Amino acid sequence: MKTRERPVNLDLTKFSFPLPALTSITHRISGVILFVGLAFLLYALNLSLSSPTGYADAVALFDAPLAKFVTWGLLTALGYHLVAGIKHLFLDFDFGETLQGARLASQITIVAAVILSILAGVWVW
Amino acid sequence: MVTNATSLTRSGLSDFIIQRVSAVILALYTLVVIGFLLMTPELDYGTWVEFHAGTVMRLFSTLAVLALAAHAWIGMWTVGTDYVREHYFGQRATVFRSIYMVICVGVLFVFVAWSLQIFWRL
Ligand code: HEM
Repeated sequence: MKTRERPVNLDLTKFSFPLPALTSITHRISGVILFVGLAFLLYALNLSLSSPTGYADAVALFDAPLAKFVTWGLLTALGYHLVAGIKHLFLDFDFGETLQGARLASQITIVAAVILSILAGVWVW
Repeated sequence: MVTNATSLTRSGLSDFIIQRVSAVILALYTLVVIGFLLMTPELDYGTWVEFHAGTVMRLFSTLAVLALAAHAWIGMWTVGTDYVREHYFGQRATVFRSIYMVICVGVLFVFVAWSLQIFWRL
């Protein structure tokens, strides 16, 4: 393979990605996490609405350390996906579609998502 | 080659628009539910059921879960067609991607059916 003159594929691990690229792939990852995590949320929702006992069971479930962590993780993914999604929609409508604008929007996205994640943590614990 | 046979509408533009409209619906729904939870610190079973059983909220939940199905179908399709392709998976890529999509759509179907049952049996 080494004798080939041109690379067949770009080695993604050797790239230095611009910030907007990193916020974009994180948006994708958070979307897939939400897809998987919805099973947990629906399970809890179903339980909590089934009966007063089920409601108590669901409340007890959310007291378990692992469940708290999963809830916090899902809220963080949701917060990130939401903020980055709104940023995406703004860019789709041509707001801030410049190099500087995209960088600034990515920075705002990260700051907002971190704040939401911390607030979610305060809420859960 | 990756074809669009399993995309939601088989049109990139329609998929694009549906994904954006569904995103706005999901964003609003998220804000309403989380807003309710934040504004109701002393939540109990009765209040929780009452919140979900109102006609408007039931319809909103139904709309949200349908938006979710469309949104995630399109989203997971985009992810699948980006990674499960010949370059990484060789000749079998189309088969793998079809299986992947069947699983995604199957899961979404269960989500929709389950949610409707949760909201409409109240
Ligand atoms: C709550 C459940 C949600 C799930 C399971 C979900 C899942 C996904 C997935 C899997 C993708 C594909 C990612 C990609 O193509 O890279 C995606 C894309 C997207 N999501 Fe969501 N999402 C959810 C909620 C939201 C919300 C609330 C917004 C609000 C603004 C949103 C906005 C977007 C946008 C704009 C895209 C398109 C991104 C692109 O074309 O690259 N999503 N979502």
